[in-house]
Amino acid sequence: MRRIRDLQSSHNRRNRLSKKVQEIEPSGIRKFFDLIIGRKDIISLGVGEPDFPVPWKIREEMIYALEKGYTSYTSNYGLYDLREAVAKYYKKFGVKSEPDNIIITTGVSEAIDLALRATINEGDSVLIPDPSYVSYKPLTILAGGNPILIPTLPDFKLNYEKISKYAKITSPKILIINYPANPTGISYRKKELEEIADAVIEYDLLVISDEIYAELTYSFNHVSIASLNGMEDRCIVMNGFSKAFAMTGLRVGYVIAPPDITSAMLKIHQYSMLCAPIVSQIGALEALKNAEDDLERMKAKYMRRRNFFVKKLRNFFDVLKPDGAFYVFPDIRNTRLSSEEFAEKLLMKKSVAVVPGNAFGECGEGHIRCSYAVSMDKLKEAINRIESFLKELNLI
Amino acid sequence: MCNTVEILKIIEENARLSPEEIAEMIGCDAEKVKEIIKEKEEDGTIIKYKTLINWEKAGEEMVYAIIDVSVSLTREKGYDDIAKRIAKFPEVQTVRLVSGEYDFQVVVKGKSLKEVAFFVAEKISTIPEVKDTVTHFVLRTYKEEGVLLFKDEEDKRLAIVP
Repeated sequence: MRRIRDLQSSHNRRNRLSKKVQEIEPSGIRKFFDLIIGRKDIISLGVGEPDFPVPWKIREEMIYALEKGYTSYTSNYGLYDLREAVAKYYKKFGVKSEPDNIIITTGVSEAIDLALRATINEGDSVLIPDPSYVSYKPLTILAGGNPILIPTLPDFKLNYEKISKYAKITSPKILIINYPANPTGISYRKKELEEIADAVIEYDLLVISDEIYAELTYSFNHVSIASLNGMEDRCIVMNGFSKAFAMTGLRVGYVIAPPDITSAMLKIHQYSMLCAPIVSQIGALEALKNAEDDLERMKAKYMRRRNFFVKKLRNFFDVLKPDGAFYVFPDIRNTRLSSEEFAEKLLMKKSVAVVPGNAFGECGEGHIRCSYAVSMDKLKEAINRIESFLKELNLI
Repeated sequence: MCNTVEILKIIEENARLSPEEIAEMIGCDAEKVKEIIKEKEEDGTIIKYKTLINWEKAGEEMVYAIIDVSVSLTREKGYDDIAKRIAKFPEVQTVRLVSGEYDFQVVVKGKSLKEVAFFVAEKISTIPEVKDTVTHFVLRTYKEEGVLLFKDEEDKRLAIVP
């Protein structure tokens, strides 16, 4: 017996991890997290979630659901009533769908994973804007795809030319688009989407459209790319309840897709996740049914904070006014610091946490992501601290 | 693009913001904000600026009572006349005409139970049109003017998340 154990203990640890997993980097945002633990004086602009709690109506409904004993699995697809409500709700963004084309997921994060795994064959190229949300590239790699990053500077937007340039040389299968965007807050008007759709059709692409911030569009009305002519059968649309209804920790989202892709995603979902948590699904249904006022109230506050914060930041930096989400992505190159240096120094000296732009891709370098999902008072204090930071270090 | 309703909503929640700050929040000119606020003060849309105080916390015992008042109407005296008569007492904080089993809901503030009780007995009940009163003393206030007076939730978010 001992001899067998000896043999086992000498097994090669280097080989026991998946090569794909070793290939991906841990999130640059998480790295930063360690610097903050245990500090109390921090004003965090590094948070990618609403500062409002879940509206009480929704919480109350979930408490009631627990009391009534709703603790079981749901269908793999998710509750029928919720899918029906989602189908009805998404008409406001121009998309016609049926409950059968919708899967309720454990947040949009799962939906991204499902869409990529359901469509990628080993080596397929996936176009991803740079900078963009941290999970697109690693999830593409894990699914066996080949991420192709499209630099979006200077306006952080995709357009026909930028997509064509990379589509020509890589013959990609998929384009990932996220608008309003994390980390830049940019979004697209219908006309701009038409142009992107032209490229999508010309290069015969599938589109993964992450529309999680759709409700938080301030400058114009959000339109789903799937609503454009000829796009319905090419689009996998995803959205959820985390941002609009402040339900981040409840992990509930959904994906709307053509029937074949829905069936493929459902296979993965039923074996890996089974179903989204039932209580969260019940909360989500209440959100769609009765929480529009709460949503509007929160949105009005974000918009005021955005206007205030952008105006103030423009005293120090070049800032693109974000169209939506709750992020602003100022250009800090005038300080001659790298984004990581800037973020680290600001945190150490003034206890203001922001996320270095390079966490979202190479093109994010020279920028920082600031979330304005914090109270007005904290935003004001953060501005004061940033100002004294810049003055003390003679940075601008 | 100065939206008057937007300005009113903002100062309804926080009257202490400066016109400059309000202007930055809604993306318009501070002078214009000042002008609109002045106009709305003058035409009575903005009634008054007050402060919401938690008197219990300040250690000052204040006694509040909600009085249900039933009245009988006559040709000479309608709801408005009776309401005005009640409202003019400084002890009376609020007077509302309501639907249901009684007519007016009156909130009275005083220093002690006795003071409030005698005020009701001597000043409200004795109005000829008042048929009946029911006095409810307030034991604790949990929410006032849309503001929670208790704290049971704090920000539980992590400082850095995607």
